[in-house]
Amino acid sequence: GIQPVGGTGASWGCVSEVCLLSHGRADARGVSAADIISTVEFNHTGELLATGDKGGRVVIFQREQESKNQPHRRGEYNVYSTFQSHEPEFDYLKSLEIEEKINKIRWLPQQNAAYFLLSTNDKTVKLWKVSERDKRPEGYNLKDEDGRLRDPSMITVLRVPVLRPMDLMVEATPRRVFANAHTYHINSISVNSDYETYMSADDLRINLWNFEITNQSFNIVDIKPANMEELTEVITAAEFHPHHCNTFVYSSSKGTIRLCDMRTAALCDRHAKFFEEPEDPSNRSFFSEIISSISDVKFSHSGRYIMTRDYLTVKVWDLNMENRPIETYQVHDYLRSKLCSLYENDCIFDKFECVWNGSDSVIMTGSYNNFFRMFDRNTKRDVTLEASRENSKPRAILKPRKVCVGGKRRKDEISVDSLDFSKKILHTAWHPSENIIAVAATNNLYIFQDKVN
Amino acid sequence: MDTMFVRGLKRKCFDGEEDIEGTLAGIKAVPSYNLQRQSLLDMSLVKLQLCHMLVEPNLCRSVLIANTVRQIQEEMTQDGTWQMINAQNTGQASLDRLVSTDILCRSSGDQAEGKHVPAYGTFNKDFESDQAQDGSETMSTASSVQAPRNLQSNMWEEMENPQENKGNFQKSLDQIFETLENKSPNSVEDLFSEVDNSYYDLDTMLTGMMTNTKMGHCDSLETFSSPTNTASNSNCKSDLNDLDHIVEILVES
Repeated sequence: GIQPVGGTGASWGCVSEVCLLSHGRADARGVSAADIISTVEFNHTGELLATGDKGGRVVIFQREQESKNQPHRRGEYNVYSTFQSHEPEFDYLKSLEIEEKINKIRWLPQQNAAYFLLSTNDKTVKLWKVSERDKRPEGYNLKDEDGRLRDPSMITVLRVPVLRPMDLMVEATPRRVFANAHTYHINSISVNSDYETYMSADDLRINLWNFEITNQSFNIVDIKPANMEELTEVITAAEFHPHHCNTFVYSSSKGTIRLCDMRTAALCDRHAKFFEEPEDPSNRSFFSEIISSISDVKFSHSGRYIMTRDYLTVKVWDLNMENRPIETYQVHDYLRSKLCSLYENDCIFDKFECVWNGSDSVIMTGSYNNFFRMFDRNTKRDVTLEASRENSKPRAILKPRKVCVGGKRRKDEISVDSLDFSKKILHTAWHPSENIIAVAATNNLYIFQDKVN
Repeated sequence: MDTMFVRGLKRKCFDGEEDIEGTLAGIKAVPSYNLQRQSLLDMSLVKLQLCHMLVEPNLCRSVLIANTVRQIQEEMTQDGTWQMINAQNTGQASLDRLVSTDILCRSSGDQAEGKHVPAYGTFNKDFESDQAQDGSETMSTASSVQAPRNLQSNMWEEMENPQENKGNFQKSLDQIFETLENKSPNSVEDLFSEVDNSYYDLDTMLTGMMTNTKMGHCDSLETFSSPTNTASNSNCKSDLNDLDHIVEILVES
């Protein structure tokens, strides 16, 4: 039967399914590679939802306001703004392309009428301002309404330009460009709770920036060995503590998490806390290290816990206990016996993200075959749902899915060998206060809402 | 579409398979643990060798694969099954030679039954002679403990002495690891021919580009490597196009 998650007897249904318009090159399958969504993020109120794609574009959706005339439209997200954040670049010194793919978007808390977000590709972080314009000045003296310059000798009367209403226009302007600070590929950005600084992390270094200063940054973590031959570990993700502006964590490819305090030293090479689960010797194989590599780390909203995602599990850690996680959830353990194949087709290197719900009671992460999983930390129930066209008819309720691991396959189950590994859900987001989730499936964005019966 | 089991993972029976323990592996239907381990090693080396030509390879993935290679080598060293003949053959490693690697997915407890401990092991003397020819690497003695590390050497480092690397390159593991950073064509000579060093130093100075890596000779030289093995004439032409473009940029700024 349906296992309710995240509510009282509630179930998940589709709010909006958005197909991003196809632009640019289409490959043999007809899917434009540039439209593959590479990051999804709600802003702090949940009113806006930003997506970044492989083509360097950012698309922002805005939630429909409640309206008495059309009550059923409440909760729908519609396109608010689209802009090209990053362009492809060429590094002449290394003879390499720099991909324009947006790796991460992070919103700044709103402080005035405009919205601000950070978006980053492999090398450059940009601060974008998104603002609305609904008035325009009319009645210039030196130019006419079309913008053509008027002959000054023809002007006999001076008038004061007035602001007149116009159709709402949303414009995005780049306010800061933070470049040339990363040798390796940026995998994370995180806004500090002081709202004055943020950090950017690449494979080997983490830099601290002030929003106002673009020509310098402070290096706060550096794990590059003096001799690159000795490189065995890289940084995979990093995040600031939600409340303590001096604290941050970063995860590694060896499955460890380090918590650092910036007050102790300028260069945080010594961690304040070191989180690592001892290896289970009975489960050891040549793939143990690869599947222990952490692909995402997220603080809970409370700041008391961190959640990590590795290839097969999601783990919740208490900041006060370093020697093991307090909770471990199996995402798709049926893949454990298939690691060799997944290594060969490179799927074992897929980086799945994980998210908390607003109350930190439910966690969510993606899997293959367009499946995504939710785990209720209190009831210990979990559910597997699928983001697909068939499930996203308006008001359709998502049916829980199940993977059959062996033996007899029931009617609604899908066998492990039938899973489509090209359909992976790497990026998801959860509304900060409501049960609304955004799920990115390749180039499609699905928004689901928990409908209370 | 069966995306799960990639081509090449079908089980194969090897005729005359060289199993150093001289066991019945060739007769068994399921390839032995050693064979599967070798197959995994070959696959990993192929993965490291295949670099994206235009986009920088993913460092995390490369590190994880390299660590896997090292683990396999360490285990093979302890077994005494490590042979440098493998190293010579990896240049020709292809996916066709891969075998089903189910056994490797099992935990170590399960594997204990299937694993054979050799009576003795020794290093092939070719290893030492290979390394002696490859003078640029700082090789320590070919001892069992250091063998894995030697194979790691030069894997990540930016080549600082390109002149020493001219000359014959055998298809050794080291070369394969080097291509990871260099993305160079097979022959290192292609990389360094037809290049005007002095221009590039000027370029670096004028544009004032700041990178955190040391701008050794090799880094600047790398940019003239062409992704395909074209004749040196066309290398020149593409180089000139690059130079023209760079001059344009300098002039505009």
